[in-house]
Amino acid sequence: MSGVELTADEVRHVAALARLGLDDAEVERLGRELTSILAHVNTIAALPIADVPPTKHSRDSADSLRPDVARPGLPREDALRNAPDPSADGFRVPPIGA
Amino acid sequence: MSGIDVIGLTAERAMGMLRAGECTSEELTQAYLDRIAAVDGDVHAYLHVDAERSLAAARAQDAVAGDALSGVPIAYKDLLSTKDVPTTAGSRILEGFVPIDDADVVARGNEAGLVSLGKTNLDEFAMGSSTEHSAYGPTRNPWDLTRVPGGSSGGSAAVVAAGCAPWSLGTDTGGSIRQPAAFCGLVGLMPTYGTVSRFGVIAFASSLEQVGPMALTVRDAALLHQVIARDTDRDATCTGPREPIVVPDAGRLDGITFGVPRAELEEGVEPGIRARFDESLAIATALGATIVDVELPYSRHGLAAYYVIAPAEASANLSRFDGVRYGLRVDAPDVRSMYEATRDAGFGPEVKRRIMIGTYALSAGYHDAYYVQAQRVRTLIRQDFDTAFQGVDAILLPTAPTTAFPIGARLDDPLAMYANDIFTLPVNLAGIPALSLPNGLSDGLPSSLQIIGPAHSENLLLRLGAAFEAEHAFDVVPPSMRSGA
Amino acid sequence: MSAPWQRDGYEAVIGLEIHVQLNTASKMFCSCPNNFGDEPNTNVCMVCLAHPGALPVANAEAVRQSVRVGLALGCQIPDVSEFSRKQYFYPDSPKAYQISQYDQPLCGEGIFRVPGADGFTVRLTRAHLEEDAAKMIHAGGEGGRISGSAGSVVDFNRVGTPLLEIVTEPDIRSPEDARRFLTLLRATVIAIGASECDMEKGSLRADANVSIRPIGSTEYGTKTELKNMNSFRFLERGVEAELERQLGLVQAGERIDQETLHFDPTTGTLSSLRSKEQAHDYRYFPEPDLLPVTQDQESLAALAGHLPELPVARFDRLSEAGLVEATALVLATDTGLAAYLDDLALRTGDLKIAANWVMGELQAHLNADALSAVQSPVTPERLAALIALVVDGTINQTAAKEVFAALVADPAATAAGVVQDRNLAQVGGDDALGEIIDAVLAAHPDEVEAFRGGREQVIGFLVGQCMKQSGGRADAKALQGLLRARLSS
Repeated sequence: MSGVELTADEVRHVAALARLGLDDAEVERLGRELTSILAHVNTIAALPIADVPPTKHSRDSADSLRPDVARPGLPREDALRNAPDPSADGFRVPPIGA
Repeated sequence: MSGIDVIGLTAERAMGMLRAGECTSEELTQAYLDRIAAVDGDVHAYLHVDAERSLAAARAQDAVAGDALSGVPIAYKDLLSTKDVPTTAGSRILEGFVPIDDADVVARGNEAGLVSLGKTNLDEFAMGSSTEHSAYGPTRNPWDLTRVPGGSSGGSAAVVAAGCAPWSLGTDTGGSIRQPAAFCGLVGLMPTYGTVSRFGVIAFASSLEQVGPMALTVRDAALLHQVIARDTDRDATCTGPREPIVVPDAGRLDGITFGVPRAELEEGVEPGIRARFDESLAIATALGATIVDVELPYSRHGLAAYYVIAPAEASANLSRFDGVRYGLRVDAPDVRSMYEATRDAGFGPEVKRRIMIGTYALSAGYHDAYYVQAQRVRTLIRQDFDTAFQGVDAILLPTAPTTAFPIGARLDDPLAMYANDIFTLPVNLAGIPALSLPNGLSDGLPSSLQIIGPAHSENLLLRLGAAFEAEHAFDVVPPSMRSGA
Repeated sequence: MSAPWQRDGYEAVIGLEIHVQLNTASKMFCSCPNNFGDEPNTNVCMVCLAHPGALPVANAEAVRQSVRVGLALGCQIPDVSEFSRKQYFYPDSPKAYQISQYDQPLCGEGIFRVPGADGFTVRLTRAHLEEDAAKMIHAGGEGGRISGSAGSVVDFNRVGTPLLEIVTEPDIRSPEDARRFLTLLRATVIAIGASECDMEKGSLRADANVSIRPIGSTEYGTKTELKNMNSFRFLERGVEAELERQLGLVQAGERIDQETLHFDPTTGTLSSLRSKEQAHDYRYFPEPDLLPVTQDQESLAALAGHLPELPVARFDRLSEAGLVEATALVLATDTGLAAYLDDLALRTGDLKIAANWVMGELQAHLNADALSAVQSPVTPERLAALIALVVDGTINQTAAKEVFAALVADPAATAAGVVQDRNLAQVGGDDALGEIIDAVLAAHPDEVEAFRGGREQVIGFLVGQCMKQSGGRADAKALQGLLRARLSS
């Protein structure tokens, strides 16, 4: 896998998943950079460690659940304070589109 | 001018002055604000200073019979949410964003009576090792203004080294407290995962990062860590420290066994760093400690594992910046175009790089080969440390393989930039604590020593650090920052 | 199983994905109130709005209720489960990922039995806990905007509501069975008190995976997903329509596309929801902000031991007690009515008589007055007193209905009091009835003649006349006996 090279189409596909609108220059540059970073990352791809359990969490389990107690939410003006395009009672977004 | 010389002033000494009535918090805060006005134009370590707000907070502390730390100033990395005070994470996408609550660690600081001087510069969303990736321009190293202060908590390091704050809080995801502490000649503590609340810390890689103190002395670091290391009900992964944090005194190291992973030092370590490191081993021996070799065979794969896991988590953590509820929005005729335009304009190149790597590594067809494989390596790195700690009390390494590098030197080579964290990343992957402290100079720039311990060994690390610190007798004030310089 | 859907050599293969909003006090990952119908964006906080630095903390009660549902549905409960991030960008998803569960759900495989003479079983794949999305209110065209460019306003009140998603294997073979299964599953969740399961309010939502295949085949055809059918009737009709559509395609030699469909109940048609976006790639990975949830066997046993009687078990019990299937099913799926019945049966000592009253007068009154059983002024205690008067012959059925109506009208009235006040006690003595019979026979000589001439059905008329004469209070059985005796003498 060390010979991975990202094509421009692959870069655009990943950028689409991540909702990054890249211009052609960025696609070209990221393709190059990602290829070189992935080449390094791929040094672990061949390690024969399929039987090693993955570490999925940062620490051992702990009693981390919250009691079911409701508290009032924010005043609406605080909720909307940072909104780029607030309406009287909500957050406006452009049409969903095609 | 207030007449208080804040250059090189430790928080402990400032606390003593306040409690002895030698000065008020207002006077002390004004002295720091004066210092900031004098040098931050050159250093560019603060992103946000609100003098009136700081002085009002200081006066409030002067008006009450506060606790021990009441009235001592502090600076916060601009990754930590501050209620009613702009918080940017060093990103354009959060320009103008004003949090509606404090991060837990800031709330703890406020409760202790600490007075915020402002918010410090960082690599955008803490992604970087030089603070050059800030959307608001690079911070300069007070030891040499042509060099980087390290990163991502470069601003938090530079303000302390430049005398613009007695101490500060940073965050550490792969070395972001320890490496800038090393580059700026400071003490920095990366705590055990799950002992400091992450609530209100703008997330980069959730399973790797913790908040920690950056200070001029080990005792200051311990004092500040006492304030922030607490349980919380707002972070499910945080249960606080297992035992109270103790402010250490310098002492001998009899009975202590240090492990040194010599194989890791073979390549890429600057000779000056290596020389200072070897001198510290001699100091340890002289203080009564035993030095043995340890092996951390999977550590060398830490960089690869880290650059899958951290970007994977980051790619999801940064998806919320979509122009709907806060922050930047670039108008577009439909939602999807608005997302793409907003995120393209709001994120800098390094952030985009990491979002792309992370998205790729989690995407269909690559998930197991990259993400799961990296999690397996993470398991092995943890096991390496577990095995090593069966035979030693702590492990010694340099914090960074180099001293501070020139601004611009690594900007075009992401991998070279990432490689500066090879000694720090494995610690985050293992979730264990490490202390970085100054270790003499190499060509006039700070060198560093990193002491790594098992989970919940903060008190041990601080005690060991105090012992080295006393022997090193490092002058924390950069020559160009000395009074009259 | 009721008659499977089979047409022209093809059979239906149906699986369901059911979303149940849990009725906890607070949301899944923050302490905002879990309320329906409040003013937009008033039950929101940093977590709901995905502010930078906000962290989720899981609601213990939501976990507990999910496990109870899992136990009630016969699911295995694994020792460890974990939350995962399911990533997609949409304005209703503030983090652009939903905290859900991926390969380690709270509830594992199970088997759910729909009982009855034509009963069947459905295997459950899993049940996992996740958070609901926000609500988008599509704005009308605003002044000054280009036509068609009006956007939406997002209300984050609903975001973070605990949702339990229950997934079945494709074991259902007809639209009717899909409805029957969902009815019983809904009743089970309501019985344990985990949700109101109100389809109109969206606290119960069902998606159906539908395909057809040649009868006898063991392979599955290409399936389509029908989204959010918000009533049992729409579920049945939507699935029916989709099966017909697929059959039409297959018979025309066309391909069935794997797609998501929306059923429009007003037109009975299905439309594709598929956007031109590429297939979803949710990029699941374990949620690093939450630690795994562990279950110990002791607590699980305690939870299982404290479940109330569940609809399926209740159906079995009522059927065994002799109730007809339709009655047993109604009572099994209506926990309130069933509780009323059990209370009443305990007081009257006869489940069948109690069931007749509950299914008859009581249900009619509850429907007419829009009350639940527990809200009725006719408590089991009052009704039992009324039934006792019927059983001991004090009043007949006709009078009993009048007494019941009086008990509804006046919460202070007692059955015995009403009988006395209105003089409703049965006229049952031979003398009293004899007088009435004499009078009626004397007044209707033609009918008496006809009966004696062999037209036996005339007796019905004569009984009716006697009953009328008694003011409805005659003991009908005794009356008929006496009348026959008199006529044949």
